[in-house]
Amino acid sequence: MGAASATALLPGQSARAAKGKTVQFLLEQEPPTLVAATHTAGPTARVSPKISEGLVWFDFDARPRPALATEWTVTPDGLTYHFKLRSNVTWHDGRKFTSADVAHSVAVFKQYNPRGRSTFSSVTAIETPDELTAILRLSKPAPYLLNALDASESPIIPRHIYEGTDPLTNPNGSAPIGTGPFVFREWVRGSHILLERNPNYWDAGKPHVDRLVVRLIADQSARAPAFEVGEIDIGGGPPVPRSDLERLLALPHIAHDRRGGDYNASITQLYFNYETASLRDRRVRLAISQALDIQRLLDSVYFGFGVLSPSAVSPHLVKFYDKSIKHYPYDPKRAEALLDEAGFHRKPDGTRLALRLYANPFNTREAGDFVKQSLQKIGIVIDFQFFDFPTYIHKAYTDRTFDLALESLSNVFDPTVGIQRVFWSKNFKIGLPFSNVARYENTETDALLEAAAIEPDETKRRDLWFRIQNKLHDEVAAVHLIAPDDITVYNQRVGNPITGVTGVSGTFADIALAAA
Amino acid sequence: MLAILVLNFFLLRLAPGDAADVLAGEAGAATQETMAALRHHFGLDLTALEQLLAYLYNLVHFSLGVSPRFNMPVTALIGERLPNTLMLMLVALGVALLLGVALGAVMASLVGRWPDRVLSVIALLFYSVPGFWVGLMLIVLFSVKLGWLPSGGAVTIGANFTAAEAVVDRVRHILLPALSLALFYVAIYARLTRGAMLEIRSQDFVRTARAKGLSPLAVTIRHVLRNALLPVTTMAGLHLGGFLGGAVVVETVYSWPGLGRLAFEAVMGRDFNVLLGILLLSSLLVIVVNAAVDLLQAWLDPRIEAR
Repeated sequence: MGAASATALLPGQSARAAKGKTVQFLLEQEPPTLVAATHTAGPTARVSPKISEGLVWFDFDARPRPALATEWTVTPDGLTYHFKLRSNVTWHDGRKFTSADVAHSVAVFKQYNPRGRSTFSSVTAIETPDELTAILRLSKPAPYLLNALDASESPIIPRHIYEGTDPLTNPNGSAPIGTGPFVFREWVRGSHILLERNPNYWDAGKPHVDRLVVRLIADQSARAPAFEVGEIDIGGGPPVPRSDLERLLALPHIAHDRRGGDYNASITQLYFNYETASLRDRRVRLAISQALDIQRLLDSVYFGFGVLSPSAVSPHLVKFYDKSIKHYPYDPKRAEALLDEAGFHRKPDGTRLALRLYANPFNTREAGDFVKQSLQKIGIVIDFQFFDFPTYIHKAYTDRTFDLALESLSNVFDPTVGIQRVFWSKNFKIGLPFSNVARYENTETDALLEAAAIEPDETKRRDLWFRIQNKLHDEVAAVHLIAPDDITVYNQRVGNPITGVTGVSGTFADIALAAA
Repeated sequence: MLAILVLNFFLLRLAPGDAADVLAGEAGAATQETMAALRHHFGLDLTALEQLLAYLYNLVHFSLGVSPRFNMPVTALIGERLPNTLMLMLVALGVALLLGVALGAVMASLVGRWPDRVLSVIALLFYSVPGFWVGLMLIVLFSVKLGWLPSGGAVTIGANFTAAEAVVDRVRHILLPALSLALFYVAIYARLTRGAMLEIRSQDFVRTARAKGLSPLAVTIRHVLRNALLPVTTMAGLHLGGFLGGAVVVETVYSWPGLGRLAFEAVMGRDFNVLLGILLLSSLLVIVVNAAVDLLQAWLDPRIEAR
């Protein structure tokens, strides 16, 4: 049925009757809301920037570029931020965009955005001397603040819609009005989000496509066929299981880009529960780290799609990553000797000690199996339990019934925002996801972290982070494993699929489509 | 009904984690203050009993509450998805019954000969392979290799179709998911029909009908098949719950915006209001369908009504 109309199609084309150019963008999960001002979930961060823009955006070198702000200056003490705003911008409902919108947005981030609460915590005043100037005044320096102003993290929202309402339940979250290149049309939950070209976009001539269809495909094995037949034009993440990725990338009409993951900079780490007596011994932690052949983990479980990440800072955070740090060499014999030294001798049954392992399901069961098998070879019995996401979060962060946790941590755009939360003793908070789950406590590390958080000088701040990394490395505070590649997969007919470090979480203002 | 509700309510609470855990976990960043605010906002800071009473109070006022995850009323959320799932289930049920009964009749007529054997093996195959695999293989065959049908979704999005084109588009989208959902039941109904027909064929009234000089086709259809439909309809009624369960898998594989996937997402998001609403609706559906099946049987076999 209907076959006659579709048989003439080639791969890379799809049965689309609509006029005009339509890009089909894959989203793996239903976003909780379409505006990232109040939520930082991955799917939200991907859709939100198409509709709601930030003050700046970041190119592939992570340099800030003008978006809603055309110029900005930061005073040398790091306490005052001046933004000059773009003048010819209107909201999708026709109202004029002004500095009052910026002021209201920053206030919302500070109070309601899960990450914004800390990012903007030192903002004490937001001044708007005229319609196109916004000034942020801080009580102490926040050197990461400018980096947080991307659309995917801190989208500017319309004051006339949010004023006097609860931003968490404001209907704008489900039917947003923004200034971005695409206008919201409809959100059919479970199916798609339909966006159309904004004809009044301030960057005249953009966007280059008429329609952006955000397709929700929850089943990961159904996504590769959708790319194969050309029903999906672009997806990030990578959007398909890594086991399927090589086959997909080999198809003639499929292209990919390995850039565009730096703003998220996720790394896979093995955390030790410092409340477990045996793991307080550095020799045991070192033994565990030397029992893992991390290159093999990368090749087998991640199919080579990633890089080794030997330091607490992701290699993607180029400004802060200390290249001189290397993984402790894979050496099971040495690991066994270390365990002997620590008093964990092999018992008659061949085992030394037993530990419980949890894994964030984001890391796949295979990664946990790999750790389990590696450690069992040196005599550590591993009870590995793999749960769905809510159970994992609850068991690891509230119940704390684990010894080892294979976690995936977004380093995001700055180490103070992304990494400090895990190694700062004051962020040991039961029940809080992605806090200091290890209960790692070290006054020296605390002091370094706190100094780096308010150091406005970039070179000094980098030195502080180098010292933090080396200290964490010397102590084997965690085993840093792999930084998986955030691969964008797209159809060859898509031009300018990604333009900066946020990858598919960009605005898509530049995305283009070759004639089908 | 109330018992089901209360049982569901407490069963769901056994799952570790709540909606606030999930939202905070997904955000990848949160503070204890935001989590406390979320819990308060969703009413998760109340005791289980208070939550139950609040839920029942809402229900008496014909409200299923608000979904913390989707930030909209549960009734609206379910209302959006229900037509899609009902359509998928009914089409699948129709396909399963038609194909199953037809295959069963063929098998029974040619019992012991090679078509019977081949069909039996095929039926066994469909009975034993998991639904998601059938779904994926159908996608690979009909979408990827042959390019005949779309690989997922319920309609072509944003297309300007005429009414006729829109119907064709709908049919093209529903074929594969309905077939994936139906194949398992095709196997069951085929075997059931075959067995029932073989049993009935050896009964006295069939011999009488034949002796009367009716053609073999008329005997098979009017006398044997009609009676054989009784167990099939009974089973089909019972299976409706199964179709809803199967819909979870099929809707996920085909990105079909229906209730099954909503239920799955509600579990993953610990969105208990949505889940309770779906469970309540499913219970209602099963009751309605059982009543319908009873009526259908009375029509098929007038003796049932007489008794």
